[in-house]
Amino acid sequence: MKFALFTGCVAKGATRELMISTKKAAEGLGIDFVEMKSAACCGAGVVSEKSPLLADALNARTVAIAEAQGLDLVTICSTCQGNLKKSECNIDSDPEYKEQINHILSEGGHQYLGGKSRIKHFANILATDEGMALLKEKIKRPLKGLKVAAFYGCYVLRPSGLSDFDDPDDPHGMEDIFAALGAEPVYYPSRVKCCGFPIIMMNKTASQDMSGNALLDAIESGADCVVTGCPLCHLSLDSYQPEIEKLKKKGHSIPILHLSQIVALALGYSPKELDMDKHIVSTLKIEEILAKA
Amino acid sequence: MATFKIKRYNPEKQAEPYYEEFQYDIPPGSTVLDCMNEIKWNLDGSLTFRMSCRSAICGSCAVKVNGHATLACQKQAHTMLKNDTIVLEPLGNMKPLKDLAVDFTPFWDKVNKVTPYLQPQSAPPEKERKQSPAEFRLIDDTSTCIMCGSCYSDCNVLEVDDNFLGPAALAKAQRFVSDSRDSKTLERVKQLSEYGGIWDCTHCAECVERCPKPAEPFYRIKEIMAVALEEGVTDNVGARHAISFVNSVKHSGSLNENKLPVESMGFFNIKGLLELVPVGLRMLLKRKVPPIIHKSIENVQDVRRIFRKLNQ
Repeated sequence: MKFALFTGCVAKGATRELMISTKKAAEGLGIDFVEMKSAACCGAGVVSEKSPLLADALNARTVAIAEAQGLDLVTICSTCQGNLKKSECNIDSDPEYKEQINHILSEGGHQYLGGKSRIKHFANILATDEGMALLKEKIKRPLKGLKVAAFYGCYVLRPSGLSDFDDPDDPHGMEDIFAALGAEPVYYPSRVKCCGFPIIMMNKTASQDMSGNALLDAIESGADCVVTGCPLCHLSLDSYQPEIEKLKKKGHSIPILHLSQIVALALGYSPKELDMDKHIVSTLKIEEILAKA
Repeated sequence: MATFKIKRYNPEKQAEPYYEEFQYDIPPGSTVLDCMNEIKWNLDGSLTFRMSCRSAICGSCAVKVNGHATLACQKQAHTMLKNDTIVLEPLGNMKPLKDLAVDFTPFWDKVNKVTPYLQPQSAPPEKERKQSPAEFRLIDDTSTCIMCGSCYSDCNVLEVDDNFLGPAALAKAQRFVSDSRDSKTLERVKQLSEYGGIWDCTHCAECVERCPKPAEPFYRIKEIMAVALEEGVTDNVGARHAISFVNSVKHSGSLNENKLPVESMGFFNIKGLLELVPVGLRMLLKRKVPPIIHKSIENVQDVRRIFRKLNQ
C-alpha cells in the first residue's frame, strides 16, 4: 500500500510524537507513506472563516499534488480530513466553481481533477478488510488486558455527508482496530462528542468542561486509556488534563494516545520509540497493564 | 413487533422520569411520528408530545430518537430500529415539561436576542423591496429553518454553557446579517462577536448533522464570521485567532503554533496571556513546544501567490 501522506501542521509542531509514531506504524505495517512536503495547511476550518474560496483553493492544490502523484491521500488528523473533504465537496458539486479554482491553481502548475485521489484518514485505511488482515499479520505484541476508549474527533464523523468512514452516531471503525490489536474496546457515549479545542482560547471553561465530561465518561466506562485520531483532541485531552481535573474537581488522570501510537505499540515498538514519554499525562499505566498480561 | 422505549415524565405525579416500553407492530410506510400517534391513540392517551403538520414543515415534532435529535415525521420508523427497538426521549438542552414536550423558552429568548427582523435604511417603498437572485442565494439556506430545535438540542457547547446563543439563533442572525435590504450589518456583527456569540461555536458540526433542512447552522455561523472580519470587527479573541491563523498560512504555508495563542489573546490582554502560561510551561517541561524556528513548507511561493491572487 502506498499513499501520499498529508501530515497536517500539529503533527510537526505540538504533537511531534504523532509524526514519529505514524512513521513507525507505517514501517511496521509495510505501508509506504510519501510525505507531501509542499502541501499547505488544510485551514482547520479557520481559513474558511475569512475566505471559503481561499481555503478551497489551498485544499484543491493539496489534492492536485496527490493526484499528480497518482496516489490516494492519507490524513492523520480528523480536522485535516474533514476540511479537505469539505473543500472537495464544495468544488466537485459546482463545475463553475471548479473552473474558478483551477484558474487560480493553474499559474502554479497545478490542476485539480477531482475523484482521482481519495482522501482517507489513517483509521479509514486500517478499518477495512485489507487493513485488518494486515494488522493481524503484523502484530508482534497483542495489547491483551488493555481497555481502550476511542475518541473519534468530530470531522472524521460529521457532517456524515462528507464522511464515508462510519456511522456518525454509532461508529465502530476505531474499536474494530483496537480489537484487531488484541485490546478490549470500550464503548461510551462521549466517544463521538467534541473535545472543545476550537474554543479553548475563546471560552476556556466551556472547552474544558466538554473535554472533562468526555474524559469522565471514558473513565467511568472502565477505560485504561483514550485513543484519538485527531491531534487537536490530543492537545485538549492530554495537555490540558491537569486544568480539566481542577475544573471538574475529580483527580483520575487517564493517558491519551494517538491512533498511530497504539497501532505501533502492538507492532512491537517501545513506548520510548513512540515518544509516549513526551505526553503530559503519564502513559506508564499502559505499560504496567501490558506487562501483566 | 417493535419496542418503543419512551422516556416518561409527569412532575405532577412523579418527580423522576422513567422509561416505559410499548410493543407496536410498525405498518409499512409509517414515520416515527405515525407510530407515536398510534401509541397515544391506542395504547396510552396520556403520552405527551408536540406535533402538527406531519410534513416536515411546522417543526413541532422534534424529539430524540435513539439519542439524537430527529424530526419524528421525517423518518421512516423501520429505518430507525436498532435491535427491534426505537428509544424516544425529549430534546436536550431544554427543560422537560411532560414526557417528550420541553420548555422552548430559552430557545425563543435567544432567537429574539438577535433582532430577528429586517431593519431597512429607508421607509417602505410603494411595492416590495427587491433582491437579485444572487442576493437571495446568500440567505436562501437559512430561510429554510423551521425552528424545530434539533440543533439546539444536540449542540455540544450548550451542554456546558447556557450563555451560548446556539445554532438556531445564530442561523437566524445570518438571515439578516447577509440580507441586502438590511442596514444594521455592522451593529449586528458587533453584537454577535461578543461572548456567547459566533466565536463560541466549537465547530463540532453536530447542528449540521441534526438539521432536517438545508439551514445547517454551523455553515451560517461561519458566514457571519466572514462578514464580521470584512466589517473590521476584530477586537476579540475569535477574530484575532482567525487573522493570526490566516497570516501564518500566508507566510509559511502552515500554522505557527507558537505565535497563534499569543496573537489570538492579544498583546495587551494580560489576563488572557497569563491563562496560556500553565499549559505552555507543562509543554515546555516535556519538550512538547513546537519548534522555535517555524519552517515554511516547500514551494511556499505558490501558496503566497494564491493569497495575492485572491487579495488576501
